[in-house]
Amino acid sequence: MSRSKSQWVTGLISLLLSTLIFWVPFYFVIMNSFKNSAEASLFNMALPTAFEALNNYKTVLTADDYMVVRAFYNSTVLTVFSIVVLVIVCSMAGFVLQRREGGRASSLINFLILTGLMIPPAIVPTIWVLNGIGLFKTMTGLTLVEVALHFPFAAILYKAFMATIPKELDESAFIDGCGGLRLFFSIVFPLLKPVTSTIVVLTAVGIFNDFVNPLYFLPGSENATVQLTLYNFTSIYKTEWNLLFADIVLISIPPLVLFLFFNKKIVAGMTAGAVKG
Amino acid sequence: MTQVFKNKYSYALLLPAGIIYFVFYLLPTIMSVFFSLTRWTLTKWEFIGLENFQMFFSEDSLSIGFRNTLIYAVVTCGLKVILGLLLGTFLTSRILFKDYLRSVIFFPTLLSTIAVGIAFSSMMHPTEGIINKALAAVGISGPDWLGDVKLALLSVAFVDVWKGVGIATVIYIAGILSIPQHYYEALKIDGGNNFDSFRHITLPLSRPAMNSVIILAFIGGLRSFDLIWAMTKGGPGFTTDLIASIIYKQYQAGFYGLATAGNVILFIVVSVLAFPLYKFLNRSEVDL
Repeated sequence: MSRSKSQWVTGLISLLLSTLIFWVPFYFVIMNSFKNSAEASLFNMALPTAFEALNNYKTVLTADDYMVVRAFYNSTVLTVFSIVVLVIVCSMAGFVLQRREGGRASSLINFLILTGLMIPPAIVPTIWVLNGIGLFKTMTGLTLVEVALHFPFAAILYKAFMATIPKELDESAFIDGCGGLRLFFSIVFPLLKPVTSTIVVLTAVGIFNDFVNPLYFLPGSENATVQLTLYNFTSIYKTEWNLLFADIVLISIPPLVLFLFFNKKIVAGMTAGAVKG
Repeated sequence: MTQVFKNKYSYALLLPAGIIYFVFYLLPTIMSVFFSLTRWTLTKWEFIGLENFQMFFSEDSLSIGFRNTLIYAVVTCGLKVILGLLLGTFLTSRILFKDYLRSVIFFPTLLSTIAVGIAFSSMMHPTEGIINKALAAVGISGPDWLGDVKLALLSVAFVDVWKGVGIATVIYIAGILSIPQHYYEALKIDGGNNFDSFRHITLPLSRPAMNSVIILAFIGGLRSFDLIWAMTKGGPGFTTDLIASIIYKQYQAGFYGLATAGNVILFIVVSVLAFPLYKFLNRSEVDL
């Protein structure tokens, strides 16, 4: 089937517009991260006259006693631990919630989960709780907060997906003498793989990019996560835009790599999670 | 049969998640109601009744945040609902480069909000920024996007839409793709054109998707903090302060009771607006 002329015209116009709207900002940031400080503060699109990329990126990485490197380590630890805990506890929760649906407790629990999706967390009282159990300013504390805040979303996805796994499977396992725990870990959990990978990718991006929670619950440059380094750079290097742009490029790499690998999965997961029924 | 098995699904499996959720989310949320009525230093509190709330609404700098939050949520949500629908319809029609365009639109949602905010605030610089230079090239003198008190909030809202419209579009795409193809075929046989099929099929039948977009975008808008913090820090003056940025400022200043009152206000705003909206949208949904 040959493409009509009007299809080519619309196609090319949309390519042009999408380039202008979505690629120009990226080009702008990357190009300016290659410039020296004077040229970068002109904020233009020109190619750099002096190519300072290596220098800039080295400065950013080594600044403040390798703060950015440490931040990458912190963010990675935070993201990985949060996801591991989140996947284990939420898959178990989703399993019970879906299988016991209609029980007396389940409508209250569903309401509480919905609350968590809508109502913003109360920040200072959370600090008060963390302080009370000695977890304020610790990675463990922040990890548990991230798990708590992502619980509603993950539990709803798991619960919805669980409905596609036939109950007959459970029943025959029970008849063969399998207990609830063993049924879940050796039979059900492996079947949840598709939704698990969706949750892993989406929450990895969310937690890695999180700015608000580290800002409140993990203050201090020793503990900085990558998002906080940007925030610190804005005050330290007020005039050195080239370094700020270089930091932006660095911290955007992990989510973009995830995007390249899981593009289809992310989009599929988004739609599975967002549209009911 | 099933009844016998029910106790095999022990609530014990729910316990780990339940405890974490209770301790780190529900408990602080419940406690916030109490602490919002106190003058509070984390270790000591003094009960002062509704004084924090009075302060919140009597001081201009604080109450303006209340109005801004509503404007911000309505503007970002409205634009995402409309643009997402148009883009979703466009990207499910027969066009070239479909996969590429879908990816490109989704791509900014994965970026760090702070990074996007910093990049755009440099592009919105009144004299040097590339946006105004591009406008100047075609003979328009661009405004001071982030410095103009009337415009700054809207400028940030536009960046929010730039970053977030991808999610809305993807949700619409999913919704539109789930509409059975034979509806469109029937309309074509009856002699309807593209606009008819948009108006009579796509628009009403993508309602579930639209409802999801409305709720997600509206709540997201009400809670928004990082973008405004990266771009204006609430300035110029207090003209772009949102409830969430005021909470942070009060927290930084050590007014924990006042910050928590801000949280409770946000909590009430969401309950009063978003819950009924959610109920209403769910009730008026049409079945396929």
